[in-house]
Amino acid sequence: MDTNPTNQEPCCCCEGGKSEETRAPCCHQVFPEEILNYIHECLQHPHSESFLIPILNKIQQHFGYLTPEYLDEVAHLMHIPSAKISGVATFYHLFTFVPRGKNRISVCLGTACYVKGAAKLLERLEDLLKIKEGQVTPDGQFSIDMARCVGACALAPVIIVNDRVYSEVKPDQVEKILQDHGFQK
Amino acid sequence: MATPMEKLLDMRRKAIFRIFEHKFKSPIRITIGSATCENAAGANAVYERFQEWQKKHPTLDVVIGRVGCAGRCDLEPLVTVVAHHQIPVKYMRVNPEKVDKIFESHILNGKVVDEYTMKRQDGPINAERVVTVCGGARCLKNDCLNIEKAFIEGIQKLGLSDRVVVTRSACQGLCEIGPMAYVYPDCVMYKKLTPEIVEHICREHLLKGHSLGEYAWDGERLANRFFPIFGDVHFFGKQLRLTLRNCGVIDPESLDEYLAVRGYEAAAKVLTEMTPQQVIDTVKQSGLRGRGGGGFPTGQKWQFAANQKNDVKYMICNADEGDPGAFMDRSAIEGDPHTILEGLLIAGYAIGAKQGFVYIRAEYPLAVVRLEKAIAEARANGLLGKNIFGSNVDFDIEVRLGAGAFVCGEETALIHSIEGARGMPSPRPPYPAISGLWGKPTVINNVETVANIPVVILDGAKWFRTLGTEGSKGTKVFALAGKVKNTGLVEVPMGTTLREVVYDVGGGIKDNKAFKAVQTGGPAGGCLPESYLNTPVDYDSLTAAGSIMGSGGMIIMDENTCMVDVAKFFLDFTQSESCGKCTPCREGTKIMLEILKRITDGKGEESDIPKLEHLAKMIRSASLCGLGQCAPNPVLSTLRYFRHEYEAHIRDKKCPAGVCSALVSYSINPEKCVGCTACRRKCPVTCITGEPKKTHIIDQKACIKCGTCLTVCKFGAVVRS
Repeated sequence: MDTNPTNQEPCCCCEGGKSEETRAPCCHQVFPEEILNYIHECLQHPHSESFLIPILNKIQQHFGYLTPEYLDEVAHLMHIPSAKISGVATFYHLFTFVPRGKNRISVCLGTACYVKGAAKLLERLEDLLKIKEGQVTPDGQFSIDMARCVGACALAPVIIVNDRVYSEVKPDQVEKILQDHGFQK
Repeated sequence: MATPMEKLLDMRRKAIFRIFEHKFKSPIRITIGSATCENAAGANAVYERFQEWQKKHPTLDVVIGRVGCAGRCDLEPLVTVVAHHQIPVKYMRVNPEKVDKIFESHILNGKVVDEYTMKRQDGPINAERVVTVCGGARCLKNDCLNIEKAFIEGIQKLGLSDRVVVTRSACQGLCEIGPMAYVYPDCVMYKKLTPEIVEHICREHLLKGHSLGEYAWDGERLANRFFPIFGDVHFFGKQLRLTLRNCGVIDPESLDEYLAVRGYEAAAKVLTEMTPQQVIDTVKQSGLRGRGGGGFPTGQKWQFAANQKNDVKYMICNADEGDPGAFMDRSAIEGDPHTILEGLLIAGYAIGAKQGFVYIRAEYPLAVVRLEKAIAEARANGLLGKNIFGSNVDFDIEVRLGAGAFVCGEETALIHSIEGARGMPSPRPPYPAISGLWGKPTVINNVETVANIPVVILDGAKWFRTLGTEGSKGTKVFALAGKVKNTGLVEVPMGTTLREVVYDVGGGIKDNKAFKAVQTGGPAGGCLPESYLNTPVDYDSLTAAGSIMGSGGMIIMDENTCMVDVAKFFLDFTQSESCGKCTPCREGTKIMLEILKRITDGKGEESDIPKLEHLAKMIRSASLCGLGQCAPNPVLSTLRYFRHEYEAHIRDKKCPAGVCSALVSYSINPEKCVGCTACRRKCPVTCITGEPKKTHIIDQKACIKCGTCLTVCKFGAVVRS
């Protein structure tokens, strides 16, 4: 374990810092200034706990995913039990604990897309990339997620790669879409 | 001291002046639709290309702006060209190449590019004027068909057939002045027409261009601004837009434009001349019911919260639109965010809340951005915050993001989510109106409900009551999608039949296939067959038919949709969205889903149907919240109307629609196969063999039943059975 150069009090990752009373921020400074400032701003608010979800969201936007370390750090900073934070983080679909691929593919499986054959698109993607929904390719290039409904029902079925929306996709166009993002068979 | 109303009128004057200076002085205005779906369809590239053209012609007086989504989603991006004294021209599916042509031909040379325009069903796009006769139920009783005939005859007699088009609209909510007709682009509304007056109008107005003030209606309704721009297109002409009145009409990022269309006037009126109780009474009298699905009377909900003696109360707008297949809340916020703020302000005043929240899905980034921008602009102009309009009323609004949990649409779960906890429902009572957010009295209203409030206040409860049916007043927005020709947002008066929505507005089924079912209410709703198409859309009729109004998703299914598969899809959704708190929902939906999977895999047993029915009844009566109580609806309604499909899956091991891959096989009819090799080349698992110009064969063992061969065969030789 590293010694803590700045804080007098031992933090979560220091020796002797595991006790209940320890509230010092982690000496490794897990979060960048921007997130720390945001958390402190939220703490000024009455009902600061209600900002837990926006804070987790900000962290995920920065790092791409959440880890137990991040959750513990939030627990320390916000004085909320870790158990509660992991309870919240695992409840909502927005939060992920797995790093996503460089190219994030979302297949919308809302009703309109489903009726128009989105399940076939997902199948085709899974076949081509040889991974399942929720997984990442071994080279980290692609990940497939399922979206509940992106609200573009009139363009159904849709696939979203990173921020680009492909509308009225047919199964045989899937390979071309992947190729646009550097996929090689 | 100036009253709130005087202050508002002053603000509006200044806003209109600014808009006039920047926009309306120009002879040509080009507006480009801009919403999530429009942008997905390429609206940004179109906007940029128009700007490039504008730069190339710096002396040309043209204004380019953005508007929210008009709701004709499958034809996006939409571009509207508005010129003085001309009917606005609507271009559809515009791309940068089309922009070049539109700019060169239309903007520079005044020649409309016909082939890119949205078709006007009843006449040429370059007509000078359009006469729209209201064909709502009450006008029909007043013989509006004769009026329409009189117009057509008068126009023919005067030889104006090429220059004037006659169309018929759905009810425009102006029953007290019917039979009536609009004339565009002059925007004159003629009231209480008789064949004699019509003849007079034809001669003076349509021929010579002098509008006849003595027959014109000088009143104004909030809803009437949409029509002059879009009314001549069939899809829009059959609608009545109250909550979406400004979507596609104003720039959603401009407070000035909202003020110009009587924005915040309802709020000023309420703060100037109404007590909170009077506001509640007005909403009660209007008969407005919650549009989120439950249909609870809005005024009554407000009354419960208002009756609570507590210094702190909260007003929440529920924009956690989790229903797959519904996007009206997103469109409403993206197209007209200030309406939501104004509605919340009025509601907050009525119940005595100083703080409002909008709980919105994080999956709607553009809506969030526009909402936050609107809040900042409203604050900066004293329309939110402390001492609004100098009236000693304080009200502010915060945006809170949902994190993707369907159950958070439920009131108590939503409250827990705002509090920063897991979004799990609590037993009610106590209802949120008594003890809600942080234990304080809280009212939660859906986006559409809130958007109705300014209309109820300005146009009056009495007028609002004239729209709709006995138990359901006003209009309802539906997100029309699935296998229907015209997909998009549709707002119709309550009581319009499903048939009118699907066939008149929606244009019928895509590719002229046979209609099978219409699904309303999302995962909590049900599927209704063709024999129920004459059901009026209102809360009570849909419930009686075995579906629900829900938040307004309406998915159309054709002969190629398997109803067992659809039921499985919804159950799969509710099962994975079940929060797990109560056993009937957590375990019951899981077992129902297992049974449905078994049936679609061809392993169904005779006893499965009674089992499903038994479980459904149990889950319905024993679940804690609406999610569980409604979860069996898709299964029950499909069992009620499409039982034969379940039986075909179980007894004959066949999927009549050919969807469930375990029950489908593909083969090639040797008589029709010409050996073109198309299927062999496209087969993803290369299980088709055959020489060119010889019959091909599918290896049944290797076939993954993807159906590609069926799609690519041009000779109808691939058979699905």
